[in-house]
Amino acid sequence: MNLEVNLAGIKMKNPVTVASGTFGYGREYSELIDISKLGAIVTKGTSLKPKAGNKPPRVYETTAGMLNSIGLQNPGVEYFAQNDLPFLRKFDTKIIVNACGSTQEEYVELCKILNTLDIDGVELNLSCPNVKAGCMAFGTTYEGVKQITSSVRKVLDKPLIVKLTPNVTNIQEPAKGAEDAGADAISLINTLLGMSIDINTRRPHLANNMGGLSGPAIKPVGVRMVYQAHNAVKIPILGLGGIVTGNDVIEYMLAGATAISIGTGNFISPDTSIKAIEQIEEYMRKNKIEDINEIIGKVQMN
Amino acid sequence: MKVNIQAKIIKKEKLLNDLYKFSVEAKEIAESAKPGNFIEVRVQNSIEPLLRRPISIYNIEKEQGIIEFIFQVKGKGTNILAQREVGEELDIIGPLGYGTFTIKNYNKVAIIGGGIGTFPLYELAKELKQTTNTKVDTYIGFRTKELVVLEKEFEQVSDNLIITTDDGSYKTKGFAINELKQNVEKEPVDMIFACGPLPMLKAVQSYAIEKNIPCQISLEEKMACGLGVCLGCAVKTKNSPQDQPQYWHVCKAGPVFDATDVEI
Repeated sequence: MNLEVNLAGIKMKNPVTVASGTFGYGREYSELIDISKLGAIVTKGTSLKPKAGNKPPRVYETTAGMLNSIGLQNPGVEYFAQNDLPFLRKFDTKIIVNACGSTQEEYVELCKILNTLDIDGVELNLSCPNVKAGCMAFGTTYEGVKQITSSVRKVLDKPLIVKLTPNVTNIQEPAKGAEDAGADAISLINTLLGMSIDINTRRPHLANNMGGLSGPAIKPVGVRMVYQAHNAVKIPILGLGGIVTGNDVIEYMLAGATAISIGTGNFISPDTSIKAIEQIEEYMRKNKIEDINEIIGKVQMN
Repeated sequence: MKVNIQAKIIKKEKLLNDLYKFSVEAKEIAESAKPGNFIEVRVQNSIEPLLRRPISIYNIEKEQGIIEFIFQVKGKGTNILAQREVGEELDIIGPLGYGTFTIKNYNKVAIIGGGIGTFPLYELAKELKQTTNTKVDTYIGFRTKELVVLEKEFEQVSDNLIITTDDGSYKTKGFAINELKQNVEKEPVDMIFACGPLPMLKAVQSYAIEKNIPCQISLEEKMACGLGVCLGCAVKTKNSPQDQPQYWHVCKAGPVFDATDVEI
């Protein structure tokens, strides 16, 4: 049985990765699970300089989901390179760094540094809804995505995955923008912009008022967008949004994902990703699938 | 060391109408848990409610491999938890939090708690009495007589127990902090430990800082993972600039902080 997949030149032992912002830099979960079993780890969104993040409350639970407005708090790429990367490298898994910035120059500077590090790929975050400048501002149009991806492509030799926002009318446009600019893959979806109101105080639950919705509640949106993007581009897709079981993984792969990320599912249980890998194997045995690559994009539409 | 275990409920007690005490078999957690640590409880095996519930540890019985926690039924999650029964297994991660109450030999300390914030203070008082020669004065405040709990338990682990009610319906009328101030002025303490509602913590914090008394306070904030990953449970660091605030995280630097380190 083969679970190995090749995502944009990143050869992973299985299609299961953990999503940016839900796994830190691996340290905390390494105490609870064997992170070497994962196909890859996508790190916390990392910027050129440290970021302090947004005011609390930053998280709020909703029906089968949660809103967050962390604001990309992270220690900066220099700290990551010195402290977290050497730790992560001890494990037998691929390392994909989620890169975020607020200007084109910042993205380029950051990726110049990432290009020199011992990492397996970069996920360019053009989709965080929680910071005012940058991120999602670049990620909603064909031109915006193409422009920033092109400028990063010039300085980055490593596999480049562009992470897209679902907060658009037509996902195929930014997806094509990434492909035309030379991205090796795209990942989607980031969180859906949402809001929740305390009916007693009449104020939003999050200090930042709005935040990104994640968790099982958003899975059908993610599956739909992966399907639409798969029809629009030839580059592989890292699918995510609400995955908590192996069956969810299969669903995303049928829609067109080559690999997937588990995000909020990690908060439910630290071993969600490990169990998902086991459940994928079970599905393959049951359905006599020799190679997991066979099912990518194999949904049959009605 | 943190573990994720299936912990059998061996005892369930209803302390008040909306207040439950669970005793669970959790050898690995009991072994390494310290006063101030908390656990993340998955109330049932379902994606709704989605997240675990962070609950402070009330009592640790290392030899028996048991931990106890008390929680108030506040919403969906705690309502489901309250319906779990003896014999069932609870999915628990713990012990969590790196900032815990400092246990050492003090001359005298004041422990102050309010309402449901009193629960994590029991293990603290117990360990101070069992493992050190510290004189422990405990102040616990409740809104009214009907809400007073754990009087006997706290009595056993305190040299003096002062109970206050806001309305005077039981013991001393008023706020616990006022009693603490009066007594500390008469006889100084080496440390104040506090856990409770925000107004109480603010009052304790500013008093301790003003009088230059070392003080540790236990905080809470909405959190998702409890492990230091999601970075949800942010709390402002003391004296960080208004326009560029810096943050600790309750689950990582806390839940117990030095009063001089946090802005609450």
